[in-house]
Amino acid sequence: MAQIDIRNVSKSYGKTQVVHGVDIAIADGEFVVILGPSGCGKSTLLRMIAGLEEISGGTVSIGGEVVNDREPRERGCAMVFQNYALYPHMSVAENIGYGLKVAGVPKQARQARVEAVARTVGLDTFLDRKPGQLSGGQRQRVAMARAMIKEPKVFLFDEPLSNLDAKLRVQMRIEIRKLHQRLKATSVFVTHDQVEAMTLADRLVIMNKGVIEQIGAPKDVYDRPASVFVAGFIGAPGLNLLDATIGADGLTLSLADGQRLPVDPARHPALKPGPVTVGIRAEALTIRPAAAGPHAGLRASFDFTEELGVGQHIHAEISGQPLIIHVDGRHPYRPGSALLLDVPPQELQLFDQETGLRIQETDVLTCIDEAA
Amino acid sequence: MTGKRVTFAGTWLAALLIAPQLLLVFTFFYWPAGEALYWSFTLEPPFGGENQWVGWQNFKTVFDDPLYWNSVRISITFALASTALAMGMALLLALFVDRQLPGHKAYRFVYFWPYAVAAPAVGLAFRFIFAPDAGFVSALNQWYPGLWNPARDGIDAVILITLANAWSMIAYNFIFFLAGLQSIPRSLTEAAAMDGSGVLRRMADIQFPLLAPTFFFLVVINLTDSFVNSFGIVDITTAGGPARATDLMVYKIYSDGFKGKDYSLAAAQSLVLMLLVVSLTFIQFRFVERRVHYS
Repeated sequence: MAQIDIRNVSKSYGKTQVVHGVDIAIADGEFVVILGPSGCGKSTLLRMIAGLEEISGGTVSIGGEVVNDREPRERGCAMVFQNYALYPHMSVAENIGYGLKVAGVPKQARQARVEAVARTVGLDTFLDRKPGQLSGGQRQRVAMARAMIKEPKVFLFDEPLSNLDAKLRVQMRIEIRKLHQRLKATSVFVTHDQVEAMTLADRLVIMNKGVIEQIGAPKDVYDRPASVFVAGFIGAPGLNLLDATIGADGLTLSLADGQRLPVDPARHPALKPGPVTVGIRAEALTIRPAAAGPHAGLRASFDFTEELGVGQHIHAEISGQPLIIHVDGRHPYRPGSALLLDVPPQELQLFDQETGLRIQETDVLTCIDEAA
Repeated sequence: MTGKRVTFAGTWLAALLIAPQLLLVFTFFYWPAGEALYWSFTLEPPFGGENQWVGWQNFKTVFDDPLYWNSVRISITFALASTALAMGMALLLALFVDRQLPGHKAYRFVYFWPYAVAAPAVGLAFRFIFAPDAGFVSALNQWYPGLWNPARDGIDAVILITLANAWSMIAYNFIFFLAGLQSIPRSLTEAAAMDGSGVLRRMADIQFPLLAPTFFFLVVINLTDSFVNSFGIVDITTAGGPARATDLMVYKIYSDGFKGKDYSLAAAQSLVLMLLVVSLTFIQFRFVERRVHYS
């Protein structure tokens, strides 16, 4: 069993603190992705689990044992590095088998296992090559094979796909997912790519500036981001975020240019008047034809279109702020033309402007019940 | 290297700009080397007068002289020993600094200082430190009288100049080794650590093999340097003695030429030494520079 318990872990370099008291509990066999922008402390956290970085405060335990003072080799983890970190002077076979060689596995047994692992990642015909003679994807596979061969309790991935081109990245993503299904090793995967994170994770950990913003299943995080930061980071595009004010009655929102929207009183029954941030998914917005009669929605002006193939992202401006609308068809608007938008009140997500945190809806419990 | 290449429109300007450098190289290298070549095939009268062409006679005299072979043997021993010592010590120091042991920043500065000390100054310092009667090492003779005396014992004298020469070359080697170690991506040693490899194992399996190009480069540089630049140390500490025990090739050239006033024999010996250095340099370019560099 290799559950990982991260308790109040912090990291400082001199006076600069980069990780501020982080708590994560990772179950045995779980695939957890730590997602965040560069410099958020996610790689540092991973390296502290691996034992490559000293832990300034708190404890990391693997399989129930505190490993703070253990050498990397005593922790039972294998790691795939961002730049692969293959040994340039060793052949593919030597690279894959190095861990076994250090462990003192006899040459013949080693060779057999190297060949077996190489076959599973499709490298069996490249065993004599040097890393310099391989393509990026092949190097990635060598790095994976090198991690796999020791049959570790824990897999650690430090942005392993970020040096690959887009197509290869998708392919390797699928392979990593398959690999995890087969090996069922506890995995921690660090990335700044939210698509990668959403597709790979059993559970997502979103970090920002050394603290955890939210932990949850990808869909939950997407549907109910816990903060403005998560809202803007998750999804392509992220949640549309607009500055607004709640009226004195607690039932209407007004944008800076005076446009108004009703709030769903069933979801937000007791809103305090004052400034808030409103979030709306691009898919929740619909454009209604100009000739469709009286209109209670919002008015925006068209900027430009992003073609996606499966649809389009319409970039517009509303009340001086940018807004993205996802449409299925093709809409030939001209810059500056007015768009009438329908905004379903139940799609509005509200965030406190001061703390950046989500203003929880009253139907949270019923929503979770339904999901279960 | 295509595209951005600065060229001069006029050949004259280019020629004018490189002229000072060429003039220096010509005056201080090609001209003396040419003279030495001429002298080595003639008999050069010490107090002026007509040269006399003697063909290979000078070389024959040099190669027939057992004293010359003595000098070659000592030079090779000296070069190998001081190269091994200087490189071994420098590698050790560089590994310490690379591991960022306490105080590594201060050491990085201090270790480089000996490079700035001129050879005669090094020689003088070592002569005092290793003086058998009053120096730092004279303590040895307190315990065991007569154990250390480079003025009387040839082996002691060779040890003395080897130590002095190695000490002055450690700094240079240190900088190259440290740069070499630091150019090895940290993630490689980290990957080896994850693979279960301890500090010493990582040095042997990862760092040393990747230092190989630096290592070969330094071997050639150190050998060349030991053959050519050891004059200052020998002249100050032992002056070739005792009983020619430290009579290195470069020192013998000086003593035969300027003390013995036999310019022709000295010229012939210089030519031999020059060929030795040229061939070392050739090995450097031919094999070391073209060694595989890992990307």
